[in-house]
Amino acid sequence: MASSRNISVSEASRPKLPRHTRLKFDETRQVWVILAPERVLAPDEIAVEVLQLCDGVRSVAEMVDQLAAKYAAPREAIATDVIAMLQDLADKGFLTEAREKAS
Amino acid sequence: MSDILADGKTASAAPSDGLAVLEHKRSTAETFGIPLAVLAELTHRCPLQCPYCSNPIELDRASSELTTEEWKKVLSELAEIGVLQIHFSGGEPTARKDLVELVQHATDVGLYSNLITSAVLLNREKLSALADAGLCHVQISFQGNEPIVADRVAGLKNAHEKKLEVAKWTRELDLPLTVNAVMHRQNLHQLPDIIQMAVDLDADRLEVANVQYYGWALKNRAALMPTLEQIEETSRIVDEAATRLKGILAIDYVVPDYYALRPKKCMGGWGRQFFNISPAGKVLPCHAAESITGLDFESVRSNHSIAWIWQNSEAFNRYRGTGWMPEPCKSCEFREIDFGGCRCQAFALTGDAGNTDPACTLSPMHEKIFKDAEREAAAHQDRFLYRNFAGGTLETEGEHGA
Repeated sequence: MASSRNISVSEASRPKLPRHTRLKFDETRQVWVILAPERVLAPDEIAVEVLQLCDGVRSVAEMVDQLAAKYAAPREAIATDVIAMLQDLADKGFLTEAREKAS
Repeated sequence: MSDILADGKTASAAPSDGLAVLEHKRSTAETFGIPLAVLAELTHRCPLQCPYCSNPIELDRASSELTTEEWKKVLSELAEIGVLQIHFSGGEPTARKDLVELVQHATDVGLYSNLITSAVLLNREKLSALADAGLCHVQISFQGNEPIVADRVAGLKNAHEKKLEVAKWTRELDLPLTVNAVMHRQNLHQLPDIIQMAVDLDADRLEVANVQYYGWALKNRAALMPTLEQIEETSRIVDEAATRLKGILAIDYVVPDYYALRPKKCMGGWGRQFFNISPAGKVLPCHAAESITGLDFESVRSNHSIAWIWQNSEAFNRYRGTGWMPEPCKSCEFREIDFGGCRCQAFALTGDAGNTDPACTLSPMHEKIFKDAEREAAAHQDRFLYRNFAGGTLETEGEHGA
């Protein structure tokens, strides 16, 4: 379903990069890049850290817990920033939700 | 937050100017680091005969094509110097028997691979093998939303039906899909249906690309040129669909520049952020560059490296940056925004690639090409000259009645 791609990010979401994108370290330019058809993104360090947690298994809530502990920062502030960042990526087509496995 | 390179970061960098953002140490005009993406035209052979084909009129014969080993060496070299993406194109890239091997090699050297295809030569096993070889993305061209218009434009029976089938397999294999729709006077009325078709095919992305008039398309200009009313309607339809389908279907829109006021920043500027490699191995600033006579393009078969050709060859440096510009470009405040437009179009319409692109209102030719476009669009000369190795074949009256 095409509409499933239009995700709304919440703490319960388990986001991941869609198949057409690749997060990769560009050795030549020494920057992280996200590769997508006809586009290359240069995410900043914080975005890269969050994106590396987006494996389709971890929930946003778990990521926020992890980051709040690591940076000893208020959980609410981190949650707001992380959700806003992920939603922005999702709106631009660079984030999707893990498909339910038919088990 | 992450910066989408396409959004640009500096005031002078136009949208999609990825390099200017990644390599922002120098001024926009001076920037010509190794491109992020390269187009590999594996062959000029193609079962379709589209009258707007972007290949040159003088097509490379099969016997002159780079061998499998030569292409693999090229792919390795590209990855080594910092290219990140490879677009396999043509002609029809699936006409090459070694495509799976080349995709596998691209994967092995760490390149993100995209297949730009007409799809008509693919079967499910071949597509599946390409996916297994690590293909990252598939782009399928469509000539309309139904067979009557689409098969006539492609000059191939049952092409449309085959494309639909391959698009479905693409999604079944969980490969991401871009629908590419080249638009002109004789199919623009189908645009809303083409957008819906892309949604129904579960495409991630739709390119609505108005024909750019070089080579074959220039020969067919009278049969393809849209009316001004059509272009205004197209912009309205695309804007509405882009809003309605946000998050479902990304739409990229290429506007036709004959009706524009400012020229397009063609290829992001000559020799600034893009090159392609022709079937015979020529390294070119754009796929139409060979139409400019008097320029000598180096080959990957020469004893120069690709990086050397990009940085030092005469053809790339001829129109690079802003130093080559005559007036009115030279003193124009937009010279680093559009780099004087398109060299191939300047050559095709004025006879000198060093002139201002007539798409620009500041060109003395602008008024004339605008009038030509309006006149041709109104004349309803609808017969196509089909693209082929024989220099083109005019559509018969019978076909044209379709």
